[in-house]
Amino acid sequence: MYRRDFLKGVSALSVGVGALTFLKSMPALAARNDTLVVVTGTTINSLDIHRSGTNRPSYQVAVNCYDRLLTFGHKQLEDGSFSYDYDNLQPELAESWDVSEDGRTLIFKLRDNARFWDGKPVTAHDVKWSFDRAVTLGGFPTAQMAAGSLEEPEQFEAVDDKTFRIRLPHSSKLTLPDLTTPVAIVINSEVAKVHATDQDPWATEYLHRNPAGSGAFQVERWDSGQQLVYSRNDDWACGPVPKIQRVIIREIPSQSTRRALIERGDVHFSQSIPAKDARELEAAGKVKVVSTPIENCLHVLCTNLNFEPFQDKKVRQAIAHAVPYEAIFNNAAYGRGVPMWGGDSTKPESTAWPQPFPYSQDLEKAKALMAESGHADGFSVPLSFDLGQADWAEPTALLIQEALGKIGIKVSLNKVPGANWRTVALVEKSLPLHLENFGGWLNTPDYYFYWAYVKGNLFNSSNYDNKEIAGLVDETLYMAQDDPKYAPNIRRMIEIAIDDVPRIPLYQPSLNVAMQQNTGGYEYWYHRQLDVRPLTLKQD
Amino acid sequence: MVRVPKRLRLVGYRLLQAIPVLIGIVVVSFLLTRALPGDPAVYFAGPAASEESIEQIRVSMGLDRSLPVQFLAYVGDLLRGELGQSISTGQPVLTELTTRLPASLELTGFALLFSIAVAMPLGILAATRPNSWIDHLCRFVVTAGVSLPTFFTGLALVYLFYFLLGWSPAPMGRLDILYLSPPHVTGFYVIDALIDGDFETARAALAQLILPAVTLGLFTLAPIARMTRAAMLQVLEGDFIRTARAAGLSGNKVLYTYALRNAILPVITTLGMVFSFALGANVLVEKVFAWPGIGSYAVEALVVSDYAAVQGFVLSMALLFVILNLLIDVTYTLVDPRLGMED
Repeated sequence: MYRRDFLKGVSALSVGVGALTFLKSMPALAARNDTLVVVTGTTINSLDIHRSGTNRPSYQVAVNCYDRLLTFGHKQLEDGSFSYDYDNLQPELAESWDVSEDGRTLIFKLRDNARFWDGKPVTAHDVKWSFDRAVTLGGFPTAQMAAGSLEEPEQFEAVDDKTFRIRLPHSSKLTLPDLTTPVAIVINSEVAKVHATDQDPWATEYLHRNPAGSGAFQVERWDSGQQLVYSRNDDWACGPVPKIQRVIIREIPSQSTRRALIERGDVHFSQSIPAKDARELEAAGKVKVVSTPIENCLHVLCTNLNFEPFQDKKVRQAIAHAVPYEAIFNNAAYGRGVPMWGGDSTKPESTAWPQPFPYSQDLEKAKALMAESGHADGFSVPLSFDLGQADWAEPTALLIQEALGKIGIKVSLNKVPGANWRTVALVEKSLPLHLENFGGWLNTPDYYFYWAYVKGNLFNSSNYDNKEIAGLVDETLYMAQDDPKYAPNIRRMIEIAIDDVPRIPLYQPSLNVAMQQNTGGYEYWYHRQLDVRPLTLKQD
Repeated sequence: MVRVPKRLRLVGYRLLQAIPVLIGIVVVSFLLTRALPGDPAVYFAGPAASEESIEQIRVSMGLDRSLPVQFLAYVGDLLRGELGQSISTGQPVLTELTTRLPASLELTGFALLFSIAVAMPLGILAATRPNSWIDHLCRFVVTAGVSLPTFFTGLALVYLFYFLLGWSPAPMGRLDILYLSPPHVTGFYVIDALIDGDFETARAALAQLILPAVTLGLFTLAPIARMTRAAMLQVLEGDFIRTARAAGLSGNKVLYTYALRNAILPVITTLGMVFSFALGANVLVEKVFAWPGIGSYAVEALVVSDYAAVQGFVLSMALLFVILNLLIDVTYTLVDPRLGMED
């Protein structure tokens, strides 16, 4: 190349750079003032919550892009932060609803002005199609709908365009709350039907990539494995139109990197941070940290009754007296959450759940109980935990290993990779001693007991079988909370759980979220996803 | 005139050799993924799944069929060019590979450029001045490069250049949130942006690349520097170098024309090895810098027993190795003066 030509090229190049900088960066910068950036460590793998294989982080799309018939109001917690309010049902797509005398017929009136993104009014036929879909597709959505006694398409009926009726086999206090879950969304059935095929009558392939809803945000862009961009639906009718124009969810796998980003102020929210970071970030004071105890959730040590020594109640109680609760709370939970040990009495006075069990570390008592049991010489047992939960489970397991050694139980540690965990712990229920973290979306104690204390149910990884608890759960699960038998039944369940301790509560964990000082409107939700709709950003 | 067919014959022969390798890979990767512990149906059935719903998922994933039937279905899909659907990311495996492989190649390519730029001069200098301070420096860099774990170097660089100094852009993947990805041509953002004439985006993509590429480069420069030094030392002791020196050729001419050209062969082999190794092994760098590459994809897929994704990854890496080895062999004939003159 001649030198002169080369120079000409270079000058053309630099002119180009100058002009383009001006053109391309201006709109981007202007947009940044009402754009929120959120980082998460997990990947969103689908935009359709009903599809099989859709993972937990993807539920946020259902929360932010779709509407449900009902939602919950919000309340202020003691620490000044906000949470949804389980006792305050509010309309979302439905403007009103009626429950029949016997509680078995529910009638919903839909909002007149609610429209899907394509402008089509939301009708009861869309609701029916969406609910039919949720109870037919199988897997998680079907199971979650069933929790509210919604199991058959025949239960749902579009009376007219704006009236929707649900018939129940029995009245249940869980049905209305279940309609607020991210599963009970309303999809634009006409758009979906256009893309349905004989093999795929519910358009799972289409809705997987293309949400069709009426919600406050639309998905503007989805780069799988990298980012999801929401943009506001200015015509949203089911609540106050969001203040934020655009939300960018960036996937950053490394927790250290996420922490650097939020500390530098380059992102606004970091969702679900480990307890250790929550404590350190709060102490540094640069960003706000909100820690909300996760409702109806416990970190527990489970003793599997298929393992011979654990069939002895004395052994289970001995372990419950040997666990170093305080050390675990400080070193694994970093003081975030609610202690669940050292309760006052073996007979619970309230129906509050979770509530502290009357155990605390007392090695003498534990040794005495071991001596009384049929296993005075001790035994060996592996303690298993999910590697995906290692941030709290590993320190907890180490502390338990050390403490149980003092009462003659030799503990070896068994780390199970995340993918295996569900199979061995929950489905095969084959782990003798393990750490578990079930939390129920619907916030009633009987719902927790149903999943975790009834033989055969998924989260009863202890293989615990107690006829009385099973009977109580059966009787109470659908019962209204103001029924005179409700409170005594719950108290009795808790009493048995305390005495039998197949699950030893360690503490109630917290959901920790870090955010910049100029953000506002954050609310805790039971589904633990970031509801971006109420968020605000103060201009600096 | 004779050289061209000979080289073509070499390439054809090499390609033929690759066929049994690929068949073996297809079989082995299928069997290995099936041998993974963990039940994908349980995993993907979600948090509150019942036995029934797990069974429904198993059927929908085709995992209720016998292994030979599953294998035949897999081979049939492969022949039609379908790699299946990754369940963990919800995308077709082919789409994932075509977006993620360029990301990894771009990162690894820049890392290798960086390490060549540092390691080769270092190796040459160390070889020409054995046991001098530069030789010790070379030894130090090599040892440090291999022994420092990449996630540590990565985090240290992020801490220094992003967190403390603020020189580097936010480590948020291939582009800062201000920019949109350039139209897809090659999948390499820097190149695609240049093709698009968008120099601002090219600059931004390059800025995002520097820290992860240096992190990975620090790791890969060790074998290159060592190999350069060793090969140069050996060649410099050769008779023909002494002859060249005795004939009064200038130091540089001896070093670069005669010594380096002979010493470069093992270095190229090492480069090929390092490149393919780094491509799959830079998972930790990808994690720290949120780089949407193929290494982290494969690891995530493995963890959740995502069969289609793991098989697709193994297969594409195998193909890449075959192509890379072929390229190296061809490069040999270009570089090595002896190979071309045999006829």
